Amino acid sequence: MKDYILDLLEKDKRLDNRKLDEFRKIEIEKDFIQRAEGSARVRLGKTDVIAGIKLEISEPFSDMPDLGILRTEAEFTPIASEDFFPGPPDENAIELARIVDRGIRESETIDLEKLCLEKGEKVWGVCVDIRIVNHDGNLMDASALAALVALTTTKIPKLKDDEILREDYSGKLPLKHKPITISVGKIGNKFIIDPSIEEEKLLDSILAVSVREDDKICAMQKGKKPLNMEEINKIIDLVVKKSKDLRKLI
Amino acid sequence: MMRTDEKLIIKGKRLDGRKAMDIREMEMKVGVIPNANGSAYVRFGKTTAYAAVYGPRELNPRHLQEPDRAIIRCYYNMAPFSVSERKRPAPGRRGIEISKVTKAAIEPALFLKEFPETTIDIFIDIIQADGSTRVAGINAASLALADAGIPMKDLIIALSGGKINDTLVIDLCGKEDNCSNADIPIAFLPNTKEITLLQMDGRVTPQEVKDTIKNVLNAGEQVYKKQKEALKNRYK
Repeated sequence: MKDYILDLLEKDKRLDNRKLDEFRKIEIEKDFIQRAEGSARVRLGKTDVIAGIKLEISEPFSDMPDLGILRTEAEFTPIASEDFFPGPPDENAIELARIVDRGIRESETIDLEKLCLEKGEKVWGVCVDIRIVNHDGNLMDASALAALVALTTTKIPKLKDDEILREDYSGKLPLKHKPITISVGKIGNKFIIDPSIEEEKLLDSILAVSVREDDKICAMQKGKKPLNMEEINKIIDLVVKKSKDLRKLI
Repeated sequence: MMRTDEKLIIKGKRLDGRKAMDIREMEMKVGVIPNANGSAYVRFGKTTAYAAVYGPRELNPRHLQEPDRAIIRCYYNMAPFSVSERKRPAPGRRGIEISKVTKAAIEPALFLKEFPETTIDIFIDIIQADGSTRVAGINAASLALADAGIPMKDLIIALSGGKINDTLVIDLCGKEDNCSNADIPIAFLPNTKEITLLQMDGRVTPQEVKDTIKNVLNAGEQVYKKQKEALKNRYK
């Protein structure tokens, strides 16, 4: 299998007949978890990821007393892969959640100023939780996309005497931007987008880049082996270009 | 959201008097922890890091062993008193992520096939944090590995770059990091210019990211020189 994939790549081909810079079929399902304030499910081929948003009343950080709070966590639940096991999130789940978090936070996607309830005392906490349903490669891009779509569906619950009236809403979560995260993998001297799990195992390097609709870069994270400056520049340009296609789906 | 409008550069000078492309005062020493096989102390301004290397040593449990090479394990940790608000001693999510990327930053420099079935354990301890702690830790780890006599392809040079007050800078201090438009920690092997660590958060144009990488590779030569000096001083 390994040699076959590498041989194909030499000819700019892939196992499933995709182009090197082509995503698998992307399916997006919105707002399908009624208990959550927002939700989305993203399928990239057989990769299947759910993001759910819960809002809770939180105490603001002391250095940002009038800003809402964003929390992002990911669970690689054992239903999704023979390589996942029960237990607290491992370094891969933590890293993924932190990259998704930075993509949302650094792009200033959520208008946190509008989430202040009582300065220094109470603000809305926006909790983004990502769960993997089936792992067939590229959890990063699927998770970031699911998180963003889920945020676009999120409604703010009504409050009555400091009690949250769940499933009764006062309005939509205020959003300012739409950041897209795309990871580009390098195998030999080829660069591929949306690696399947078979391809992922052969990656020499990977660079995830988050980009906003104004082409501002908001987050990056390199994994695996080194890349040189020219390769990084090429990946950034590719992500900026591809992000426009992906953003149209939201 | 973040206070990126705070004045951090006044008349071309940063809060600590530096120019945009100046690195803070650096101090590097090796062989500072007698019990370790290799160790180093690295300071960039007020950011201070220790690194200790234990190994190559036997790896237990044995099922973690690799028959043809050593594995490396990397632990980044911050002292509770290293930051303004006390940090709880257990490794948090941030520490776990930094340990992971630090390992990837270091591994390409090592000849691991020399030591099959063993582990090389690298412990990084931040004693005081004033921005750019992960790169300080990687420089300390580079020196500690060399001090331990582990065969290396190259030293590992680490330095952060970024943008504050619409100016591209390098080596962000804590305050600059908090109010920055971007923070981009980078590590690379100086002879091949292979980039082994690249992270970024902020809001800058693609060109500004590219320019920052270039700035860091250039200024990194000073860090490389300082590392070599520290290693030579050990044997004076």
